Amino acid sequence: MTITPELVEQHQLTPAEYEKIVSLLGRIPTYTELGVFSVMWSEHCSYKSSRIHLKKLPTQGKYVVQGPGENAGIIGIGGGWVVAFKIESHNHPSYIEPFQGAATGVGGILRDIFTMGARPIAVMDSLRFGPPADSPNAARNVRILSGVVGGIAHYGNCFGVPTVGGECVFEECYSANPLVNVFALGVCKEDEIFYAKASGIGNPVIYVGAKTGRDGIHGASMASAEFTEESKQKRPNVQVGDPFLEKLLLEACIEAMKTGAIVAIQDMGAAGLTSSSCEMGSRGAVGIEIDLDLVPQREPGMTAYEMLLSESQERMLIVAEKGREEEVFQVFRKWGLDAVTIGVVTPDGNLRVRHHGAVVAEIPNPALADEAPRYDRPHNVTPYRKAPVEPPAHIPASRDLNADLLHLVASPDLCSKRWIWEQYDYTVRTNTIVGPGSDAAVVRVKETDTSIAMSLDGNGRYCYLDPREGAKLAVAECCRNLATTGAVPVAATNNLNFGNPERPEIMAQLVEAIEGIAEACAFFEAPITGGNVSLYNETLGEGIYPTPVLGVIGLMKTAVPSPVRFRSEGAQVLLLGGPGRNHALRFGSSEYAKVILKRLWGLPPQLDMHYEKRVHDCMREILAAGLAESAHDLSDGGLAVALSECCTNQIGARVSMIPAERIEFALFGEAPSRILLSTREPGRIHEIALRYDVECPAIGATMKGRLQIGDETRMWIDVATADLTQSFENGLPVILHSSNAD
Amino acid sequence: MKVGIIVFPGSNCDHDAWYAINRNLHGKAEFIWHDSTDLSQVDAVVLPGGFAYGDYLRCGAIARFSPVMSAVKKFAAEGGVVLGVCNGFQILVEAGLLPGALLRNRNLKFICHDVRLRTETTDSPFTARLHKNQILRLPIAHGEGRYFADERTLDELEAEDRIAFRYVENPNGSMRDIAGVLNRERNVLGMMPHPERACDPLMGSTEGLGIFESMLSAASTFAPALTR
Repeated sequence: MTITPELVEQHQLTPAEYEKIVSLLGRIPTYTELGVFSVMWSEHCSYKSSRIHLKKLPTQGKYVVQGPGENAGIIGIGGGWVVAFKIESHNHPSYIEPFQGAATGVGGILRDIFTMGARPIAVMDSLRFGPPADSPNAARNVRILSGVVGGIAHYGNCFGVPTVGGECVFEECYSANPLVNVFALGVCKEDEIFYAKASGIGNPVIYVGAKTGRDGIHGASMASAEFTEESKQKRPNVQVGDPFLEKLLLEACIEAMKTGAIVAIQDMGAAGLTSSSCEMGSRGAVGIEIDLDLVPQREPGMTAYEMLLSESQERMLIVAEKGREEEVFQVFRKWGLDAVTIGVVTPDGNLRVRHHGAVVAEIPNPALADEAPRYDRPHNVTPYRKAPVEPPAHIPASRDLNADLLHLVASPDLCSKRWIWEQYDYTVRTNTIVGPGSDAAVVRVKETDTSIAMSLDGNGRYCYLDPREGAKLAVAECCRNLATTGAVPVAATNNLNFGNPERPEIMAQLVEAIEGIAEACAFFEAPITGGNVSLYNETLGEGIYPTPVLGVIGLMKTAVPSPVRFRSEGAQVLLLGGPGRNHALRFGSSEYAKVILKRLWGLPPQLDMHYEKRVHDCMREILAAGLAESAHDLSDGGLAVALSECCTNQIGARVSMIPAERIEFALFGEAPSRILLSTREPGRIHEIALRYDVECPAIGATMKGRLQIGDETRMWIDVATADLTQSFENGLPVILHSSNAD
Repeated sequence: MKVGIIVFPGSNCDHDAWYAINRNLHGKAEFIWHDSTDLSQVDAVVLPGGFAYGDYLRCGAIARFSPVMSAVKKFAAEGGVVLGVCNGFQILVEAGLLPGALLRNRNLKFICHDVRLRTETTDSPFTARLHKNQILRLPIAHGEGRYFADERTLDELEAEDRIAFRYVENPNGSMRDIAGVLNRERNVLGMMPHPERACDPLMGSTEGLGIFESMLSAASTFAPALTR
């Protein structure tokens, strides 16, 4: 086939990129090679717009065993054990086909974990959809939500990994561009880690797992383009997941690794056979030659182009020690899986592909993996935002604060996500000490006395108003979540969801956010060990909010941490960190402004990282001393919503405060660095807080049946706890039921 | 006294059962691969939860044909104690060792949360150490757990005191709130809730221990492995 400029364009390669291909090869590429370059040089695989900025992220730390560049980051947890973890997005596929898109997103990140020898023990997901009500797109949004949740449940439950936490947020900008970011974490022994670095000239290259079909061809390129009306035609590009097969693949891989015959292993994710071969070759500075005639195929008549670009799921590529193939085959036979030698490691550094006896592609591995274009896209402009900075001249006073509070706790962002997480098996593997619905999830590592605390957080609204500060706030919130369980942050992963990087004002958002993450992760000593960038999250020219999602993991001694909710009546309620500053400029980014005022303005809350960190250290010392009956950090919805979340059906609190600002700001402002505690030992906590130079006012006491917030003369909030918990728990089911999509 | 935990390729609660028996209860359990037909070395059998062969067809519909199930049937026929949890219950029903069927949950969704169970009979190797009407808090995690049987079978189960557990609040639409049933000989129990997930204080409940304690002590006195 002749390579025409039109064909190059269809492959989403620019004329300049095509010229670079020609010069790297020293000749015109074949059609197959063009396809290979188009996926490997796609934004999704090459990070060409973000790579130079990602270098700003801190990647080193005393716990880091493996930083970015492998399939997952690895952290030492002591006692000879490590955890592998990473987050990855499946945004585009989840819009086109929510159930399978989300399911295969889970499958992909699980393979990233177990390809390193680690058995997955926890999954979390960060989800963003269009509003499930009060939107012209509500019905479709609910359909996407139901599909995505069903897909995650289908895959994770069958595979047998607990889905222990996450977040779910609704904004109009995600209506045609939902975000599905899945985090996974696995555990293995430090001396049993496997890497994706091919070596040993003459070693066999073995294909294992599912057969190759025509599904998912050009998925990576699809994920690197904006959506148009035509995108709906791309449904065949979405892959179909088989969690049972993945479970077999997990068990077989772990068992095969124990034979000692495996040199390197990598999963076939985006761009399947192509990326796994050339990346393994490139990392080991060797060549790989494969013969497509040997590849297990689901259907006859596939072309080399189709086989190389297929994204059929549940496949792995293994480099084994020559002469020990049979040991590997034997394990895969036991699990009923295909395992076939399809190639060999060569000394020449090329990816060479044969089909029907002819060489159909021969490309130097570094050209694909390392020589991919890198762009310093223009970004020296103000990050895109349409919302005003100045607060509105008149912010209407609340007519009924009780009604506002009940409305807020029942709103889609703040209400209980039980409807979602009860569809996930979150207790399988019997490690879940703290499951969904808390600040951070906690999972024990049975072989040690260490547990892993983990939290996912992002706030698109904050980042839209100020990408740098918004990103820092997300890191701070994750670390605060960990602090409430007593855990110390040790590492992080990030998923950067942004719009079209070719627009300078979008690129500016990305750069600002990365620099914010870099600053905060360095400060909180949570180096980034891996992650994912998802760009072109735009549909018909409308971009999403800039949405960096952070996943931070922390270590703690295995124990049941203090719960979020109040435990007894008559305990003192303390506000560690103090009331914070909540004023008009910062109020426009709050949930109150969004839900009650239906406005957006100003800036995100102001973060003082030094103070924030002192609050965390103080919190950990309080917990270590066993002084807190309950602990819950303040975030979306501010003090009043956090107090509501601490209430049980029976136990509420009487809180007095003398607001220094408008009462709505004091109740619902989202100033960071704050944690609610209930305790029998306020004196000892005050002593500790004094030492950390952290405010810790006693604001009230727990009591039976009501939440009351007021001063000496009046009561701003006075609601029955039963009404609060009912609003909180019924929020989502009521909305979904009225959308008729449940 | 040794417990055999049957491992189908898609079992995913096998390790949990192993940990509960070996670590939490200090008993002895070992894995038995699904193509094995030899249960002569064990005194009790656990069919754990999971998705035996993917369960893309009806849950347990393929598993009933696996080689190990003919051994389990024989084991049960000889009086051996067999506990099926979740997918294990589904398999026992498909294999005809227990009556009825397990249909999709009433809300057509997977459900994971803690439920309260009422102990309906203490006349079984699995409940002997519990009290009648004792309430147990155990997790459920299933998509197809709605117990179904025709009225005559249900009447028979009640008349013969073969309903081991009922849900206090029915989560899935099970007929007559049934969460666990016994075979006529009372040596086979199938239940949807997961006692193995409630054997460790770190998991928030140890109320599953009584079921295993009953089973281990019954199996050690019965000891079919020794008598065969």
